[in-house]
Amino acid sequence: MRQALIAATAFALALATQPVVAQNKPAPAATAKKAAKPAAAAPVEEKDAATVEFEKFRTMMEESNPAELFEAQGEDFWKSIRGPKQVSLATSCDLGLGVGIVKGAYVQMPRYFADAGKVMDAERRIVWCMIEKQGFKEADIMKQPFASGSYTPEPTSLVTYVAANSKDMKFAVPLKDPRVKEVYEIGREVTNHRAGPYDFSCNTCHGADGKRIRMQNLPNIATPKGATTAVMGWPGYRMTGGVMLTQQWRMGDCFRQQRFPQPKYVSDTITSLLTYMTANANGATYKGPGIKR
Amino acid sequence: MNATIRISILAAAMIAAAPAALADSDHRAKALAMMKQDFVTKGQATADRVSEDGLQAICNRTGNKPPEKIAQRLEADQMAAVKYPADGKLMGDWKAGEKIAQSGRGFTWSDEPGLPVGGNCYNCHQIAPKETSFGTVGPSLFHFGKLRGNTADMQKYVYGKIYNAKSFSLCSEMPRFGHIGALKEAQIKHLVALLLDPESPVNK
Ligand code: HEC
Ligand code: HEC
Repeated sequence: MRQALIAATAFALALATQPVVAQNKPAPAATAKKAAKPAAAAPVEEKDAATVEFEKFRTMMEESNPAELFEAQGEDFWKSIRGPKQVSLATSCDLGLGVGIVKGAYVQMPRYFADAGKVMDAERRIVWCMIEKQGFKEADIMKQPFASGSYTPEPTSLVTYVAANSKDMKFAVPLKDPRVKEVYEIGREVTNHRAGPYDFSCNTCHGADGKRIRMQNLPNIATPKGATTAVMGWPGYRMTGGVMLTQQWRMGDCFRQQRFPQPKYVSDTITSLLTYMTANANGATYKGPGIKR
Repeated sequence: MNATIRISILAAAMIAAAPAALADSDHRAKALAMMKQDFVTKGQATADRVSEDGLQAICNRTGNKPPEKIAQRLEADQMAAVKYPADGKLMGDWKAGEKIAQSGRGFTWSDEPGLPVGGNCYNCHQIAPKETSFGTVGPSLFHFGKLRGNTADMQKYVYGKIYNAKSFSLCSEMPRFGHIGALKEAQIKHLVALLLDPESPVNK
């Protein structure tokens, strides 16, 4: 594990010279050597040097993913008596399969929760339990919902633990439930919604097969294959910066690139997108928390 | 009347006049109401950005395939608002154009407001051969001038396309760089040169 973290840090440093956001150039040095092809359709499947390096690295890391550290931390949070109400999540929080049951819960969310009267994704449900069952203050959780280099929010570790307990299980968002189906349809509308100064929607970048922004491949989230890519490996340990990040973060950063305002953490809008994408991946096998570039 | 406002009124009138095809579906209406609740202003990205303007509304309601008559009218409207340079010169310096094409800065909540924004062109297009990190959301523009020539008409087309891609194709995925004030006249001229100047590496 220690070894893995050292390797991860080295890789992160190597990548640190390459800006990660789409508006920037992901891999200038690594890709400059290749000769460009003439005007014909761009070679979409071609992998740049940085991608090849990263994939080698990911294989090497598979045995000891740094996400495991956060998983262990999350398990500790799940089982410990905590919060103003001095209760553990393991004895109070229902992730949809019964109080305290974690195995298989992640791949069956988002789902409808009668006690909250809402369809919720995993991270949102965990936050709901922390507030309702353990008595944590919503405002405190909202203060810094995403990890920085030196800080990992508790829900991030918790969702990593919960997700890891669905490893090798199939996505099975309960679309037969009309309340879930409704949120799914609303999510589809959100992915279609063009607005903002650049007229972008999710589909501008994720609405067709084989598209790229710079060298970053963009999954087509409307297809089972693309949606599977989109939800796989989240939550993920991100090499660049060495932080553990969740789907809530990913959605926020895509809205940033879309030139939209900031979506609220654990909001209906994010749940609708996660419902749409995860249900489109139904039937695919989840491989557990991953490593992201 | 300001062009954008005029477009919005026209579009609103068209939506109102159109039957079911252009009306909001129930799910779409719910999605819009939900988004109004769920976004907050951050940096320059103000909360009202989730609201659509007239053109966006037409494209959103028709799955980006508006009825031809509506598309033509609104394209003409967008076209009428394209401001061409007063001096009639449409080609600037391709070297400056390459820098603008490279920069992806602009309009996100993490961009500092007030700084000049970039073109984002390489995010979506292959352009000069030296840059191999290019996106594929738009078509390749390599050899653009070599293939299409650089007549006055072609210069006018490219200037107009960058100024407002929607004046040629109403629901194009390409932003309206001049129309929204993202790129200034001189910057657009440099980009025209990048694509059309025989000396530009794009055409070598
Ligand atoms: C302007 C471009 C752009 C827009 C608009 C955009 N995204 Fe993304 N998206 C990206 C980029 C770039 C990545 C990073 C790909 C990578 O790291 O390989 C990404 C990654 C993702 C991922 C993770 C994919 C993976 O392999 O882990 C998901 C899921 C996703 N986007 C969904 C969305 C949704 C939903 C929306 C709309 C709310 C959206 N995106 C809007 C550019 C965009
Ligand atoms: C978000 C994606 C995106 C960005 C950013 C973008 N474009 Fe485009 N562009 C497209 C798409 C998609 C098309 C094809 C559809 C159309 O013609 O509108 C296109 C078409 C074009 C065309 C017409 C091509 C032809 O064959 O006639 C030109 C010229 C062009 N873009 C130049 C630029 C320049 C210069 C920039 C940067 C200032 C730029 N684009 C930025 C997506 C983009």
